[in-house]
Amino acid sequence: MAVNYNSEDIASFRNVWVFCEQREGRMMPTTFELISEGRKLADELGCELAGILLGDDVDGIAAEIGGYGADKVYVYNSPLLGTYTTDAYTKVICDAVEEFRPEVMLFGASNIGRDLAPRCAARLHTGLCADCTHLDIDLQGYLDFLRSGSSLDVDGMNFESRQFDVNTTLKMTRPAFGGHLMATIVCPRFRPAMASVRPGVMARRPFDQAGADGIEVLHPGFSLNRDDIRTEVVEVVKAARKLVDLIGADYIVSVGRGIASDVERGIALAQELAQELGGVVGASRAVTDAGWLSADHQVGQTGKTVHPKVYIALGISGAIQHKAGMQDSECVIAVNKNEGAPIFEGADYGIVGDLFKYVPLLIEEIRKAKAAK
Amino acid sequence: MKIFVTVKQVPDTTGKVAVNPDGTLNRASMAAITNPDDMNAVEAALTLKEKYGCKVVAISMGPPMAKTMLREVLAMGADEAVLISAREFGGSDTYATSQTIAAAIDHYGLDSEDIIISGRQAIDGDTAQVGPQIAEKLGLPQVSYAGEITMDEPGRLTVRRMLEDGYMTIRVQTPCLITCIKELNNPRYMTVLGTEECWDKPLTVYDYETLKDHPLIDPSTIGLKGSPTNVYKSFTPPQKGAGVMLAGDGREAAAELARIFSEKHVI
Repeated sequence: MAVNYNSEDIASFRNVWVFCEQREGRMMPTTFELISEGRKLADELGCELAGILLGDDVDGIAAEIGGYGADKVYVYNSPLLGTYTTDAYTKVICDAVEEFRPEVMLFGASNIGRDLAPRCAARLHTGLCADCTHLDIDLQGYLDFLRSGSSLDVDGMNFESRQFDVNTTLKMTRPAFGGHLMATIVCPRFRPAMASVRPGVMARRPFDQAGADGIEVLHPGFSLNRDDIRTEVVEVVKAARKLVDLIGADYIVSVGRGIASDVERGIALAQELAQELGGVVGASRAVTDAGWLSADHQVGQTGKTVHPKVYIALGISGAIQHKAGMQDSECVIAVNKNEGAPIFEGADYGIVGDLFKYVPLLIEEIRKAKAAK
Repeated sequence: MKIFVTVKQVPDTTGKVAVNPDGTLNRASMAAITNPDDMNAVEAALTLKEKYGCKVVAISMGPPMAKTMLREVLAMGADEAVLISAREFGGSDTYATSQTIAAAIDHYGLDSEDIIISGRQAIDGDTAQVGPQIAEKLGLPQVSYAGEITMDEPGRLTVRRMLEDGYMTIRVQTPCLITCIKELNNPRYMTVLGTEECWDKPLTVYDYETLKDHPLIDPSTIGLKGSPTNVYKSFTPPQKGAGVMLAGDGREAAAELARIFSEKHVI
């Protein structure tokens, strides 16, 4: 660790940083969500927003984040950074943090972000909040969020703290206990305050070409040797099958345990309905655990968080773990045999009945309605 | 060669969960189970043990009641168990937890051919942070999200590290830390013989006295006071009311929904 570096000297840290994850030279889409959210935080703090991008010859993809609100991007190029390794990325990022001292740092909570962020936080002696779904700096914004997003009596509560300035400290909110509880975490005594952020949750701003043209691209010096890396990546293999893009989907038809009596037909019906709507098929954990659909289809706390325009839940009881992943959908339609199923709470439209009977009729009626247009 | 497996006793969040009026969790109302991903870690360790004849040491941090869970892990086939338990370690976040577990592993003795295996994440916090942070505190290489673990030779492993859209094949030397996902294996059950033998296997408690002189253990890095993060507020998501229930599951209800889709320009 650099001499004089002290993560407790919080006054010496300034600006918001986003780790810009690339794979095979392509920016991961979550990066743009994080930059958009980082812009909001930087504006509330009155500071700059910078991306930090590691890779092998990745200057070509650096400027794009300017279009989503970044003022600067620090680019670290090396053949040793082309493919992600924990050791190389941790070293370069920690050295950069020690040099430039950002006060807030965001990572996407991808399989790579969740490998890298804890390692960096441990090395830098600071706090990290995992898999966040909401971030605030301004207290007022946080209170507004709680008014709509919690059952707390906001006006009757005390939000002041003797330990830290509640108006300038990053407040990181995330689901805990399988989504039964939401917790807001702070990192009051150390910097940078670090958060990994759930992919698909933060809204992406409209792209602004002027921002991309105006971004400042920097190439700070750094040291990295082959000996710093103790793992050897033998190969990187892409899944042979194209994975379902739940996060980007506008229409999702999900199936649950209710298809158990005829799994094949249940999935076929969901696919047919999804195709009719121009959407994709999701699933509850029961379905992916049983191997009826692959894990990339799973919606929920341990799966993906989605917010489509329409979410149709077929035979899903609506356990809180599932709801944690889909409750922000614009319109929820639930079909379930059991009228007491929790999925009906929070559904915009409910159909109590047999999905195997209802879905074919619905597909027919949709086709008729389309034909009538 | 030894394998340390980290395990955590957690409330079963997949069952019924009660929340206190103040927004905290009513833990007393919930069953305590071994964290599911940790069961995969135990299985991975036992599979390697069967092939290479090494010792498996289960290690946990928590209240004294976590001994019950450790006995179960011993009954599955682990050889020894260590419970880190002291008031001083209470209230730890992931940073302070990993600091303490790292100190305990180092205190036990970590040798050049040893492996630490952890579950990817625990179902109470879902952070996936403690494994990588233990590795950092011990200065070890890590491979997370392991979907397959092969020992090429003592001291060298090949791990299939899962990505969202594929995987990486990674070679790593021991000592190292691996976190595993549920797809790695199917955890075995305890055997009748195992449940008898587990009472004769050593289960050691490391309290504050045991670890207090370790360089990683300092009042500023352990427990609630040593935790960089604090809970500011906790709350339950608002309960949405029920929406419109359509009548029946027949053609009328189907036509009704198709009409709504049409109005909303879904179709």
